[in-house]
Amino acid sequence: MAPLLDVDSLAVTLPSPRGPLPILHDVSLTVDEGELVGIAGESGCGKSLTAQTLLGLLPPGAAVTGSARYAGTELLGLDARGWQRVRGAGIAMVFQDPSAALHPMLTVGRQLTEHMRVHLRMDRRAAGRRAVELLDQVRIPDPERALRAYPHQFSGGMRQRVAIAIALAARPRLLIADEPTTALDVTVQAGILALLERLRAETGLAVAFITHDLGVLSALTTRGYIFYAGRVVETGPTGSLLTAPTHPYTAALLGARPHGTQTGATLRPIPGAPPAPGEAPPGCPFQPRCGYAEPSCGEAPPPLTPAGVDRSVACVVRPHLEVAA
Amino acid sequence: MNTPARLSFTDVEVEYRSRGRGRVRAVAGVSLEVSPGQIVGLVGESGCGKSTLARAAVGLSAPSAGTVEYAGRPVTPLGWRPRSGAEVGLQMVFQNPYASLNPRRTIGSQLLDGVPAAVTGSARRARVHELLERVAMPTSAAQRYPHQFSGGQRQRLAIARALAPEPRMIIADEPVTALDASSQAQVVNLLVGLVRDLDMGMLFISHDLALVHEIADVTAVMYLGRIVEAAPTRELWREPRHPYTRALIDAVPQIGPTPRLPAILAGEVPDPANAPTGCRFRPRCPHAFAPCGEQPPTVDLGDRSVACWLTDSATAPTVARSL
Repeated sequence: MAPLLDVDSLAVTLPSPRGPLPILHDVSLTVDEGELVGIAGESGCGKSLTAQTLLGLLPPGAAVTGSARYAGTELLGLDARGWQRVRGAGIAMVFQDPSAALHPMLTVGRQLTEHMRVHLRMDRRAAGRRAVELLDQVRIPDPERALRAYPHQFSGGMRQRVAIAIALAARPRLLIADEPTTALDVTVQAGILALLERLRAETGLAVAFITHDLGVLSALTTRGYIFYAGRVVETGPTGSLLTAPTHPYTAALLGARPHGTQTGATLRPIPGAPPAPGEAPPGCPFQPRCGYAEPSCGEAPPPLTPAGVDRSVACVVRPHLEVAA
Repeated sequence: MNTPARLSFTDVEVEYRSRGRGRVRAVAGVSLEVSPGQIVGLVGESGCGKSTLARAAVGLSAPSAGTVEYAGRPVTPLGWRPRSGAEVGLQMVFQNPYASLNPRRTIGSQLLDGVPAAVTGSARRARVHELLERVAMPTSAAQRYPHQFSGGQRQRLAIARALAPEPRMIIADEPVTALDASSQAQVVNLLVGLVRDLDMGMLFISHDLALVHEIADVTAVMYLGRIVEAAPTRELWREPRHPYTRALIDAVPQIGPTPRLPAILAGEVPDPANAPTGCRFRPRCPHAFAPCGEQPPTVDLGDRSVACWLTDSATAPTVARSL
């Protein structure tokens, strides 16, 4: 069966005053029907730009090559009308900050039903009924009252649930969630993660979950992609990816993170900072910060090559990596 | 200044007046101590009063009851008068380095503001360079403006600004929340290193439990304006005694060989203007029982304190052990 989303050798270049800046290089990824896939990396690594590409939200002047097929349809090169059919009803998106994603002056009901009336051509009454169902599905108490409320009347966690309900309104098959729990408390985050898993199990929704938190990646997703400087550097089943990483960057990210398992240990920061777009060194982009770099790393960016069961890694050295439990 | 530079909160309450909601008690009776050389982590969900407590600690808001003392003297609310030398020993690092640095002044001139007046002449410039080196920034940063730095670098500069008056105690309110994993680790290690090297005290406020677990000597858990449990970090994690502490720990997603969703705590933090009577955690607590209608006293158990009826031997049923 072909994957629901099949991105192949995607490259994106954005215009800038100093000339075109290459942001994404040779990104390939797939998401199957009903699959929870994680995309992780630091800010500026191209995670969010990948999402924007898949929704046709790139700024004017962006140059895109490669292919991105959703349910068999090529997305790249769609016209405005074509995008409108995909967005909302095929691929929907949830953003990090629900206060910015929701319109502050429209009621939740109005924002929820708009999609249904446009994409599903529902009348006001049918849309209203479905809106109540959706709010119930994302566990908003007293949905009838919530429909008449404005976003500011909800807490941050509830607002994110409302944003998810809106994203689901036109029955998308793929939800792209860009750091949807980063601004939330762990207790609220736990609720959102459980909600996404339940929607996957009950409705077959596929989710591409973008995060910088490897704990969230492990807790929720079954397959993960680690991004660095606009490239996929490692991919595989999340469990083996995070308990036995083969790319030095994946291991470094794990080391920089508080584990919640020990006290008094110091975190091991990654030296330096990720390269700015357009300033990546020739060869492996991680090589200047990598403790295992060899002269050959400076030659050409290493391609993703198979390494173990369902796994691929973009590293020519492939050092033995110690991972703190 | 022979009194130790200790920060102590005694039964501190902070109230806000708001139109429509009346008086809101954001902090409702907190007692806590931070000693020199010690890192005290303060955790809790948003809206529990952590930041209000931090503001009271440095005199940005005045407590409506109770006292905040630093080095044996009450902290006076911030006004236009210059603060006394002793009070300047108490400095704060804020969450957002984009807002805490002035965008229109060079880093050097902002750091100079904080250098004590006793340092004069060319020694002042030298002090600025020392401060920059201490936070692992090049001395050339002094001539540059905040927008020329990344978020992590800016937070390091904000820390340098806090260090300029030679503080003995740092209040850090979510100092790394806005940063990426790798710069988060750099800034946290810097703060921990400073506390150890300079024998400062630090109140580290965060909603990231895993992070607090990693660095704090003592962890205090706050819920709706009160501290529900405080204990040496290792013991708190090994054996949480308050159901809220347990719930927070269980909600932290862990890395494992198979996906496992973190445990869910029902409900949300109530509005402090309408706090539940009795134990404030009662409506969300899986162990709530009859005595919880009364507010539980804070019980001292060795170096741990807990405010929960489950730990009271007179009322506790057997659930306490299975917690």
